[in-house]
Amino acid sequence: MSVFPYAVAGWIFLVGVYGLATSRNLVHAVGCLSVAQSATYVLLLAVGYRRGGTAPVFSDTPTTASVVDPVVQALALTDVVVGATVTALLLALVVQTAKRHGTTDPDELHELKG
Amino acid sequence: MADVLVVLALMFVAAAATAAVLNRDPARQAVVLSLLGLGLAVAFTVLQAPDVGLSQLGVGSALTPLMILLTVRKVRKGKGRGRE
Amino acid sequence: MSRRVRMGVLAAGLLATAALFVTAFLDMPHFGGAWHPYGDRAVQASVNRRTANTVSAVNFDQRGFDTLGEESILFASVLGTVVLLRQARDERTRAPRPGPVPAALRRYGLVALPATLLIGLYVIAHGQLSPGGGFQGGVVVATALHLLYIAVDYPALERIRPLGLYEVGDAVGEAAYVVLGVAGLLAGSAYLANVLPFGTFNTLSSGGTVPLLNAAVGLEVASAVVVLLARFLVQALEIEGGDGGKEQAA
Repeated sequence: MSVFPYAVAGWIFLVGVYGLATSRNLVHAVGCLSVAQSATYVLLLAVGYRRGGTAPVFSDTPTTASVVDPVVQALALTDVVVGATVTALLLALVVQTAKRHGTTDPDELHELKG
Repeated sequence: MADVLVVLALMFVAAAATAAVLNRDPARQAVVLSLLGLGLAVAFTVLQAPDVGLSQLGVGSALTPLMILLTVRKVRKGKGRGRE
Repeated sequence: MSRRVRMGVLAAGLLATAALFVTAFLDMPHFGGAWHPYGDRAVQASVNRRTANTVSAVNFDQRGFDTLGEESILFASVLGTVVLLRQARDERTRAPRPGPVPAALRRYGLVALPATLLIGLYVIAHGQLSPGGGFQGGVVVATALHLLYIAVDYPALERIRPLGLYEVGDAVGEAAYVVLGVAGLLAGSAYLANVLPFGTFNTLSSGGTVPLLNAAVGLEVASAVVVLLARFLVQALEIEGGDGGKEQAA
């Protein structure tokens, strides 16, 4: 149990990279990238977890309560939203590629270059 | 008890992530990604991170899949024209 | 590189990374442990500044400058997407035909829209007190507006979405954050320092500059998501043609 959440984060990252490398469709590749990205959130929050701690919000708990680590949560929180806009940028690039070359298969794009 | 919930949520997330990668059709992948987003939001909440869960819920289960679906629609429309 | 060689390289890379992961994970502090030096100090600092939601305190007070960086990434990628998805000269637009919407969906959508909008604004406004803040609330507000597309039709969404205004909103949100940082300098402290009175713990006006920075981020994120989705919707529903590069090649 003590390393299981870390292992899950590692698995999500590796499976995302595998999908990214073997993808035959750029839209699918962007989806795989967002999977790999979510591994970092799982890892960060797993690192910050404290057994028996509550959420680091003191609006209805006394300030002496044991809480989980808020620093890693702040790191993950901003990246979730910022990461989505970067995904949007990548999808916009895919749309442009499809418009200009008529394909979203990275292998076909490679052949087009020559 | 809390540990059991964490393990269950993380197992669901790992399974959803694998399914999202193995679904080679982007439109189907978008649906699985939205499931993954939902699973991640639950996992984050169980890990006592409601702030992150809230932002993951909006982004992962609605925004990203919607943008992927719209991209798929645009790309397919372009391809259909190309074949004519 | 042939496909077979590529798969070999990939397998080697994945296995090596997996091995590194295992070594690192076994040496890390165990999951759920009690040792969180940074977390404990961040909580202490947040309580001293009377911000009940410590995550917001970390984001907008202790790590305010870092959040400015994150916000700028967001701003830049929205700008990039807008440029990439603009209408090209060889493309034309076509007004999308409205499809029929089931009455039940329409009723549900029109009830859910104001409720979701209100929840989003609440989440932004209470970022310093309860879980939430500009990043989360902004996404909720922006997606709430798109319920109108699901419940009514695309022209209805276009009517309540003067896109130019949202593009300005995106820039104003980013600028407000930068200017609020300068306020710290003018008050004789550091850039993005929390110079306002901290207020009473657990009230709406607590946390000094945290609620203001939260509002700036909320404005920026909400506008950014509306602009992004609008660009994708226009591409998917309205713009036709425009495979100019391909025609030249053929």
